Amino acid sequence: MTDAATTGAAAPADGPLTTADGRPLKSALARAERIRRVKAMLLVLPLLLFILITFLFPIALMLFRSVDNPIVADNMPRTIAALEAWDDRGELPDEAVFAALAADLAEARRNRTIGRLATRLNYETGGLRSTVTRTGRRAQRLKAPFKEALIGLDEDWANPETWAAIKRLGKRLTGVNYLAAVDRRYDVNDNVVPQPEVRRIYVGNFIQTLWMSVIVTIACLALGFPVAYLLSILPLRYSNVLMILVLLPFWTSLLVRTTSWIVLLQTEGIINDILVWSGIISEGGRIQLIFNAEGTVIAMTHILLPFMILPLYSVMKTIPPIYMRAAMSLGAGRHYAFWRVYAPNTLPGVGAGCLLVFILAIGYYITPALVGGQDGMMISNFIAYHMQRSLNWGLAAALGAILLFGVLILYWVYSKLVGLERLKLG
Amino acid sequence: MLKPPDYASTPERIWHYAFIAICAVVFLFLIAPLIVIIPLSFNSLPYFTFTEEMLALEKGAFSMRWYEDFWGRDIWRQSIVNSLFIAVCATVLATALGTVAALGLSRPHMPFRAFIMGLLISPMIVPLVITAAGIFFFYARIGLTGTYLGIILAHTALGTPFVVITVTATLIGFDHSMTRAAAMCGADPARVFFKIVMPLILPGVIAGALFAFVTSFDEVVVVLFVASVEQQTIPRQMWAGIREEISPTILAVATLLIVFSVAVMTTIELLRRRSERLRGVTPA
Repeated sequence: MTDAATTGAAAPADGPLTTADGRPLKSALARAERIRRVKAMLLVLPLLLFILITFLFPIALMLFRSVDNPIVADNMPRTIAALEAWDDRGELPDEAVFAALAADLAEARRNRTIGRLATRLNYETGGLRSTVTRTGRRAQRLKAPFKEALIGLDEDWANPETWAAIKRLGKRLTGVNYLAAVDRRYDVNDNVVPQPEVRRIYVGNFIQTLWMSVIVTIACLALGFPVAYLLSILPLRYSNVLMILVLLPFWTSLLVRTTSWIVLLQTEGIINDILVWSGIISEGGRIQLIFNAEGTVIAMTHILLPFMILPLYSVMKTIPPIYMRAAMSLGAGRHYAFWRVYAPNTLPGVGAGCLLVFILAIGYYITPALVGGQDGMMISNFIAYHMQRSLNWGLAAALGAILLFGVLILYWVYSKLVGLERLKLG
Repeated sequence: MLKPPDYASTPERIWHYAFIAICAVVFLFLIAPLIVIIPLSFNSLPYFTFTEEMLALEKGAFSMRWYEDFWGRDIWRQSIVNSLFIAVCATVLATALGTVAALGLSRPHMPFRAFIMGLLISPMIVPLVITAAGIFFFYARIGLTGTYLGIILAHTALGTPFVVITVTATLIGFDHSMTRAAAMCGADPARVFFKIVMPLILPGVIAGALFAFVTSFDEVVVVLFVASVEQQTIPRQMWAGIREEISPTILAVATLLIVFSVAVMTTIELLRRRSERLRGVTPA
């Protein structure tokens, strides 16, 4: 600083510029900008911390559950340790392992944790719940040799697969939930094999979820494009009125709209009544329109349509009508001009609308749960089922992680393609 | 625009009217489900369809009994109070946090803007079931399940993206020389904010607050996962109604909610016009 001041005094023409208090201008500017950055950051900080603590951290915690597996390791420490040495999967483990199991189960019963243990093992191999609880009840009174005693209690202990499952679940971090989420499992030799036919649910449902979301997106685009176009070419006083028809559903409660679709589509509902009254179908031939995949797609299309129309409209509004006229005066026909000149200009809106609708559709829960019935279920419904009913939280977390991963990729594409600043509402 | 130009050929005319017809059908698709609910909610019989007496407009076919049923039941009245209380608290929190954050994000010197914006908007994008599951485990650990505070905090997180987006949008094209001019005239930062910035961004703030309010008011998944019976809200009560004992009371509630959304929509539209006038943007 003194250096700058002296050189500044000696050679004012080519020395570094300084501020009034003698600091080099460059560092003074850097300092001022740093202060501004810190100030901007301080404004954002409260919300950022809030979102991190109440939103992102809980989700991270939940996702950790998909690999976290403490139950077996905590409740069967002796068995897991004894199973270390068991390598030949064709043979049953030796007497020491059976003795350890009897001790572990007796203790788990005393600690009242045997129920959770039994449930966890049951997720892996169906039928183990009763085996474990029954064995737990008698474990206290068992006498050596434990091998014969345990096998005498339940045949499952004579099955190497049972032991392979226990050994596998003894690890604190596990991939079994992800395997289950893609309909795979480990066999007795720890090879990954497909689940038996009847237990393959999730891959099919992921495909169904994607497929339904694609249909909803296409339906929204097909219905939304002409409407957005009409709104963009009408004079403002007409388009403002028609816009109400788009915005009213947008602002109306999701449950209200779902309710109204139930009222409209049920077999005794208005659509069926009109069809019967007009003679298109007979009284006995009423169509099942709701509580299936079709009803879900119809209701979801209605609910998500405004999310397609609004971005489309805002892009179409910026396309000068003069482009079309120029193309047509150069000899293009109406259709040629539309597809070669107008349509490419709407692509940003089409991209934004489709991505938004698809992102929202793929994670839908309420509507499929209320009107989906059996075959209109989406992956969110399975997540909620495992969260609330089966209590298989590891599997729920794994399914959630896969869904979230897909959504985040789409979100990233959206931010690159459309830009988050252009995310507009209403 | 509703008439084809005079020079249009016959196929063009046909296409033109077909286009209008398609649009009319789509508008009908959008609005009919909401309109249909309203007369059905006055049905005097417990049916979800128009009775012949209703179609004949007989007086006895209509009644207010489902509205009376709605108003007469404690559980519904309690859920209105709960919904309003939770939504108001969440809205105040979300608006305060979101507005301040949007001011920071709109400053030209904000570092990592795109990344932070991505994080702040993520509650809007992450599927609600995943959010609800995460919050459920987190609350179970810290003892917030079944509390008003827990639901208010969760709804605040869900509402903030809307505030951030709407306020950031009003700040686009904000003339920073006005704040500098105010500062040069001797106003301290708080005065600059309340006298200069706030009046200009107010439409965006109110719009964001309305979005946050509606988000909380309409939210059911988080409530289903973390609330106890005590925190029964209107959407949760409707959810239960649709799943279990579907009665036209639901339709009466739905009609009231439609009226409510008309009010919200009108407010938003008036605000948008005011904002455009203030910023000197002529309606496009």
